[in-house]
Amino acid sequence: MTFLAPWYDLRDLGNAVQALLDRIRDWGAPDWVPYAVSSLIGAVGILLWVVLSVLAFIWIERRVVALMQNRIGPNRVGPAGLLQPVADALKLLLKEPITPRDADRILFWMAPIVIFIPTLVIFAVIPFGGRMVLADLNVGVLFLIAIATINTPAVFLAGWSSNNKYALLGAMRTIAMLISYEVVQVLALLAVVLFAGSMRLGDIVAWQQHYNVWIVFLQPLGILAYIISGAVEINRSPTDISEAESEIVAGYHTEYGGIKFGFFYQAEYMAGFAIAAIITTLYLGGYTAWGLEKWVPGWALFLGKLYAVFFIYIWSRGTLPRLRIDQLMSFAWKFLLPLSLVNVALVGAEVLVWDETGVSANVALPIIGAVNLVFCLVAVVAWARLLGHGAGRQRGRRALLTKEVGVIHFEPAEGASPGPAGIPAAQALRRRSGQA
Amino acid sequence: MDDTGTVIAFWLLAVITVGSALMIVAVRNLIHAVVFMMVSFVGIAGLYLTLSADFVAVTQVLLYVGAISVLMLFAIVLTPGGSRDNAETFLRLPALALTVLLGATLAYVAIDTDWSLADRGGFTDTASAIGDALLGKYVLPFEIASVLLLAAMIGAIVLVRPEASIEEAEE
Repeated sequence: MTFLAPWYDLRDLGNAVQALLDRIRDWGAPDWVPYAVSSLIGAVGILLWVVLSVLAFIWIERRVVALMQNRIGPNRVGPAGLLQPVADALKLLLKEPITPRDADRILFWMAPIVIFIPTLVIFAVIPFGGRMVLADLNVGVLFLIAIATINTPAVFLAGWSSNNKYALLGAMRTIAMLISYEVVQVLALLAVVLFAGSMRLGDIVAWQQHYNVWIVFLQPLGILAYIISGAVEINRSPTDISEAESEIVAGYHTEYGGIKFGFFYQAEYMAGFAIAAIITTLYLGGYTAWGLEKWVPGWALFLGKLYAVFFIYIWSRGTLPRLRIDQLMSFAWKFLLPLSLVNVALVGAEVLVWDETGVSANVALPIIGAVNLVFCLVAVVAWARLLGHGAGRQRGRRALLTKEVGVIHFEPAEGASPGPAGIPAAQALRRRSGQA
Repeated sequence: MDDTGTVIAFWLLAVITVGSALMIVAVRNLIHAVVFMMVSFVGIAGLYLTLSADFVAVTQVLLYVGAISVLMLFAIVLTPGGSRDNAETFLRLPALALTVLLGATLAYVAIDTDWSLADRGGFTDTASAIGDALLGKYVLPFEIASVLLLAAMIGAIVLVRPEASIEEAEE
């Protein structure tokens, strides 16, 4: 093995680790030592990568969003503001951790940690390269979903223990959204699992490599649903109603400050990378790229795709306005859920027909891709029309100006007692228009 | 259950699971009780893992920690006065007697049963084995459970539907 995969083959950092482990084994260490060392290397490596990426992307995101909004962004600390994230982190670390008097102290301290840990654990099953995966679980896809659900009670605990109505409102909003979009997420991932026939993430990447096709081409609707529900899960801007500043201060972490807030912030960013990593692995071929991985390190391809996917979220944050909660909820239940269900049924039928007829993949996959693309376009447009969001209705309607109407009549509601009724201004208006 | 790692993991998880299960009934605050229940559920998931039942373990976390405890949290928050501390109970002695009796019965059954070891090894791929069993041999119970859940869902929708909209539909 050492001969086939020398340690300096940086296309897969797993080779170097393997060489080190072989060395340790040669020293005659007991069996558990290489095991412990490899998991330690993986854990520390992932933690370092995540923290550095978050620090880098805080700066990148702020600069990019500033560009989009015609501002400059952070440019004072260090060259071009590069040290701004470091300064922010230092500020968070040095701030006094304030606990509200009536808060539930233990849960208040626990919530940021409970949110932080599962988000980090997600990366354990992500294959960064052929042999760069900490734990390639048999039930990887289910593990991703299960670990992500731990966030739901954690957010509730944060909101409830703060003893603040805005925090509780934000927590309730978050839970309502997370639970709704979880269903969509599961259905989107189920379609991928149906194709690959395995829940192991390594197998799904291997399937895409084997057939030389990324699942995104077979699952346009699936990736659409997953990107949107991912945005909901990580509270990013078009869907960040759980911490809508203009409505409920900061949502479930209103009362948090200092490093505890830092934990929430970091966890949210890490969740963003986790969603991007899942999309990269399941839909974009993971560390493979049609043979390019022979020349370019697989982990570099993976990280490139991951950052590209994450950029979509930055982009949407810079350009889209925030949605209302009822819009988001009805979008999940009335729009994404039925379409995802039909999508799963369609994929199941396709895989079954493919298996039964035994057509070669070169024929079957383009047909499946074309059918699913057409289905995606037709279903999205038709279902939106059916729900009354057609393009035609939106056009040509403009708010009437007061001077065009002439005057505003404030009529008392039907059945309401006229009494001292009404608003003084309304009476004044009515009097002026000679109708009182 | 032969190597030291598994034994240590088993005892750690057992202490966590049973300890937090005891705390569920010991703490006064209902929200704290739900938090201990979640810890207990995670401990049980860990015990499943030591039995190489990874699918069941992950499903345990997904359903119990992610869904059922959230349901309970909602139930507590929506119950007036439910999240406040509970008063003393007068049924201390009867409850203690009942618990001791129940515990003794369970312990007796557990000790008295002749636990036989399965001949074959564990499944290498639990998820597909469970899937095959559910949609093959046990497809009828599976479908009955699905119909039951669907009926429960429709029932819930009917129950919470405002009266006005039903009248409108009838008109």
